[in-house]
Amino acid sequence: MIGAALLMLIAAGTLPAAHWLSGARWTWRAPRTAILLWQALGLAWGVASIGALLAVGLLPYRSGIAGGLADLVTGGGAGLNLFDGVALAAGLGLGAFLLTLLLYAVHGVGSARRRHRAVLALVARDSGVRGTVVLDHPAAAAYCVPGVRSAKVVVSAGTLELLDQAELAAVLAHERAHVRERHDLVLLPFTSLPRIGLVARCLDAVELLIEMRADDRARLHRSPRELATALLRFAAARPAAAPSGALSAGGGQVLLRVRRLLEPVPPRAYSQVGTVVVAGIIAIVPLLLYVLPR
Amino acid sequence: MKGLGELERSVMEVLWARPDAATARDVSRALADDRDLAHTTVMTVLDRLAKKGFLQRERDGRAWRYHPVASKEDYVAELMLGALDLTGDRDAALAHFARSVSGDEAELLRQVLAELEPPG
Repeated sequence: MIGAALLMLIAAGTLPAAHWLSGARWTWRAPRTAILLWQALGLAWGVASIGALLAVGLLPYRSGIAGGLADLVTGGGAGLNLFDGVALAAGLGLGAFLLTLLLYAVHGVGSARRRHRAVLALVARDSGVRGTVVLDHPAAAAYCVPGVRSAKVVVSAGTLELLDQAELAAVLAHERAHVRERHDLVLLPFTSLPRIGLVARCLDAVELLIEMRADDRARLHRSPRELATALLRFAAARPAAAPSGALSAGGGQVLLRVRRLLEPVPPRAYSQVGTVVVAGIIAIVPLLLYVLPR
Repeated sequence: MKGLGELERSVMEVLWARPDAATARDVSRALADDRDLAHTTVMTVLDRLAKKGFLQRERDGRAWRYHPVASKEDYVAELMLGALDLTGDRDAALAHFARSVSGDEAELLRQVLAELEPPG
């Protein structure tokens, strides 16, 4: 009973927490720990939502989720009424559904990347810099195609034209940070859900944090000013966005990142430690509740 | 010998440069100037490219004639469309340095840039 109640509370609590975190600005001081917190929150939402349903369905066994599932297998469902069965099926169904969405996203992203890499291999030219290739196109573009050993940073001829040597180096450092820290894998669970409502808000926040994190890493080796002017020059030179609501945040995000680069606010050590501890608790507690015997 | 990827690229370059479809023999001949290649290697590469969907082939007597499905510019445009975010869907396949902005926003960014840059 306690386990079921706590899981329900956590599952319900993650939603306002996500809403609050998506509007928080303190996270920009230390994007890396904030990203960790987002991952913990996402995990807690999934684990607690599935767990709450399972726990309710297994209440008659009075032995928690892990014990209840064991009893279910040995007892063959004896002692469960229709309501218990529905809750149980909903929990298992939700788990299967979320897993399917994730696998579908992994597959979709994987095949899009394979195709992208195959085309790149045929049409992009070597830049002279390891792991970086050039596309002969006048528009400004710089991005990375993530991968284990086959990751590539791509810049267009338009970008080479637009930026000076130092700015280009800063952009490449930023892109290489995405590649090294596998930011694509951070985004994957979030992008596996439909981009609407709260999910869209969360995804926007996590994407901004990832860009800020890559800026921070680039700043270790390059001057923040170079990265800031590259960012401004680059964003201003790009063709106008497609008339889609999802794209409207671009300019505002660029200015936020520029301000952050030029006037950095260093994170406080205790708040970073605190965030990591909270993230750990959020991630682990729902899992512990699965094995709680009550 | 260079990698298979490099070879695929050279073969595509040959086919893109030709106005019409070409046989494996034609490609071998065109490549013979730069490198010493076994004819069967060229056939293997053409077959691979056809399987990947970059080449289409049709029977011509006892040989196959190959031609590119799209031009090099088409492929560059395809990649750039995704890179520029103009397809409208932001997926996790790529991470962009900066997203597209509206015309007004671009003007604002230029102003900030002008303030940052030393005059002259």
